[in-house]
Amino acid sequence: MTIRFEPRGEAPPWLSPVLTLAAVVVALAIGAVVLAFVGGDPIRTYLHIVDAAFGDIGVLSDTLVKATPLILTGLACALAFRMRLWNIGAEGQFLLGAWGASAVVLWPIVPAGTPAVVVIPAMMLAGAVAGAVWGLIPGVLKARLGVNEIITTLMLNYVALAWIQFWVFGPWSEGGFQQTVPFAREAWLPRLTDFADQFPLLAGLTTHLGLVFALVATAVMSVVVSRTRWGYEMRLIGDNARAARYAGIDIARYVIVVFAISGALAGLAGMSEVSGVVHRLQDRISPGYGFTAIIIAYLARLGPWRVVVASILFGALILAGREIQPSGVPAMIQGIIMFCLIAADVLVRYRIRLGGRVAATT
Amino acid sequence: MAGPEPLVNAPSTPLAIEAVGVVKSFPGVLANDHVDFDVRQGEIHALLGENGAGKSTLMNVLAGLYRPEAGGVRVAGQAVDLRSPRDAIAAGIGMVHQHFTLVPSQTVAENVLLGLDRPRFRLDLKRTEAEVARLAAEIGLRVDPGARVWQLSVGEQQRVEIIKLLFHGARVLILDEPTAVLAPQETAELFTTLRSMADAGRSVVFISHKLGEVLTIADRITVMRGGKVTASGIDPRGVARSDLARLMVGRPVLEALKRTAVEPGRVVLSVEDVSAHNDRGLPALRGVSLQVRAGEIVGIAAVAGNGQSELAQVITGLRACTGRVVVHGRNIAGRPSRVAIASGVGHVPEDRAGVGSAPNLSLVDNLILRRFRHAPVARGPFHDEGAARSKAQQLQVAYAISAPTINAPVRILSGGNLQRLILAREIDSAPSLLVAVQPTRGLDVGAIEGVHQLLLDLRAQGTALLLISEELEELLALADRILVMYEGRVTAAFDAPGVHHVDAIGLHMTGGAGAAPEERGAR
Ligand SMILES: Nc1ncnc2c1ncn2[C@@H]1O[C@H](COP(=O)(O)OP(=O)(O)OP(=O)(O)O)[C@@H](O)[C@H]1O
Ligand SMILES: [Mg+2]
Repeated sequence: MTIRFEPRGEAPPWLSPVLTLAAVVVALAIGAVVLAFVGGDPIRTYLHIVDAAFGDIGVLSDTLVKATPLILTGLACALAFRMRLWNIGAEGQFLLGAWGASAVVLWPIVPAGTPAVVVIPAMMLAGAVAGAVWGLIPGVLKARLGVNEIITTLMLNYVALAWIQFWVFGPWSEGGFQQTVPFAREAWLPRLTDFADQFPLLAGLTTHLGLVFALVATAVMSVVVSRTRWGYEMRLIGDNARAARYAGIDIARYVIVVFAISGALAGLAGMSEVSGVVHRLQDRISPGYGFTAIIIAYLARLGPWRVVVASILFGALILAGREIQPSGVPAMIQGIIMFCLIAADVLVRYRIRLGGRVAATT
Repeated sequence: MAGPEPLVNAPSTPLAIEAVGVVKSFPGVLANDHVDFDVRQGEIHALLGENGAGKSTLMNVLAGLYRPEAGGVRVAGQAVDLRSPRDAIAAGIGMVHQHFTLVPSQTVAENVLLGLDRPRFRLDLKRTEAEVARLAAEIGLRVDPGARVWQLSVGEQQRVEIIKLLFHGARVLILDEPTAVLAPQETAELFTTLRSMADAGRSVVFISHKLGEVLTIADRITVMRGGKVTASGIDPRGVARSDLARLMVGRPVLEALKRTAVEPGRVVLSVEDVSAHNDRGLPALRGVSLQVRAGEIVGIAAVAGNGQSELAQVITGLRACTGRVVVHGRNIAGRPSRVAIASGVGHVPEDRAGVGSAPNLSLVDNLILRRFRHAPVARGPFHDEGAARSKAQQLQVAYAISAPTINAPVRILSGGNLQRLILAREIDSAPSLLVAVQPTRGLDVGAIEGVHQLLLDLRAQGTALLLISEELEELLALADRILVMYEGRVTAAFDAPGVHHVDAIGLHMTGGAGAAPEERGAR
């Protein structure tokens, strides 16, 4: 028997969202089979994941903390992907953002004792700018010299990590450990638990202001892509660059600007993570948020609000990874989801046919 | 070409392929409504019909690309279930699409092998090349099997597509508007090829909007309208062009154009000593100078590949050049296309799918391509979707663009309807200079008449028009002056051109009149 892939003429519009959902379901099913195979109880494991991620307000808050950097980096990827700019450097831009924000307090750019209303915006600005610069490098190279952005953004991730390591092992090291001293309280993003005095219910909840940044960024991007001239021009470039040029759009400028904004969003994610969660810079600041973001953008089919949903799902998986033994299970599910998504994409474009039978020919 | 009494018109000739009661619908349209269609062995069967009549859809059913909802296909009298192009090829049916499907970076022989199961493991390119050469010689085509496809002209690529089908064993060849992209000389060559294939017992289905061609080459003619067959089994010897036109569009087509006398105004476009290279880096324009005035249609007559495409691109800011391109007194040579657009230059590009539209975006998005910078679609930085939609709706109605909804992606439009969309957009943007390249390519006779009138109306309103066309008839009907281009130069100019100039123009187009430039045709 042979299996053949045959191109579909026109996929019905509902097919792609349905297959996306189906991919997630199938991934969970495959995960269940694997779990059962190694002797685990899949249903209990999944219930446990749900419980560990959404079971009560405390873990829900933790899930949102994990989702925050994913939303911002996911938006960064989704924005670039809309123009078919394959920015897979969100990880590096995230790290640079974390570094830029840290520099504000560690360099220091603002003197110790500066009030939070100055320090926090300064850190946001520094994080976004540092991320933007890291995005601009591949952007300018692509726009002016036609250098492939996949290679440059990928490589710059390693450069960014080395850069962070230099600072946390060297000038900013806390007594030789690979981390910096903790930031002063003025450099912490406010968390829910900080308001436990007035609202006792909030005690222990670590969700921080970064989530608001992420949601505001989502709302802004959603309006920009669907309601503005820039959104229209980006659609045009993403679908047919030659038609965009014919329409008088300066594509090189868009490539540069979109890369800068994409980098700034990822940089802001890095800022939000050091200032809202870790409160110091360390070389292991990201468990690969910038890479997970690629899957998220893909799963969300580049829709800003769908990025939020996908980020919460992946935030839950990351969180559950700390609870579940072996902790590899959620990572495995992430991988299977990615795999199924790519397979689903094939199904949107091709029809599968079994058997080499050819219709009645004499 | 008309040989002795063609055998194929005898009703006893066996049928090569039949479509029986084929029904195929798309959301919002019934593209094929119980269509019966048959092709005899050894005949050239022309399929006519207005834009969106369902011709390409029917052919896609025969080629296994679409599955009909009802009805079926018979090959040599046997019902077959064509579930994919592979099945169709196995049944001996092959199709050359309106847009080619070759891989540009590969050689002719490699392309011919694509899509075949054999050879399974080892490519024997030498053998394939020999076989390709043999097939080509058999039907009188010239192709170099080792050439890379991107180096070939459009006409040569088409030949490769045909050879590919023959190599795959096709007995029935379907050609969807093959001559739309060909120069007259190439069309004549294609017809010789088609005839020799038919004489060898193969069958050809041929779609065209050019009635003259159809009458020259076809053994039988079928006409479709609105998804139905409205006339079949027409013998081309018994009909006139006007009859066919009436059958196609359901009303007489008169081509009675209202041409008002317009006194040309001031110079809108002045091209001064412009030179430019083509995509392969070879000189395409060598010192071209010309002027177009307000209220004047200047036609460019040239065989494909003599610089006329590059001329359009240079004027519209899509190609770098030396020299001056002055629009309304402002030199825009080498400036981005945005500057040309801001200067009031409209452009109907040659490549409607690749340049003129964004295939996956909606009719709305494509129709406002010239308007999105200005009110009412632009409100500050915001994009007023409501205004965009009402503009699109208005244009869809005014220009009779047939599509299920204005939200549909334009890639589903029939070839002629996409061309209408582009024309609607460009004409509606009220350009002061319109550069129109092959504006009626792929349009049905009724629509051509409409477009010609629209172009004349623009002229009457004082628009300057540069009309680049391979249809001499079209140029003669519309242009106030015709310039002939040959090898990147303007080699002749004809004022008040008329039918009596056809031979002279044709001679210049093929470089036959020697190098004497700027010959003036007499009035
Ligand atoms: N994939 C598709 N999805 C939806 N509608 C389609 C699709 N393909 C064709 N149509 C519609 O079906 C109708 C017939 O289209 P078809 O391409 O067969 O016309 P045609 O006779 O080839 O016209 P033309 O001369 O303009 O090429 C049109 O209204 C077209 O919009
Ligand atoms: Mg068609």
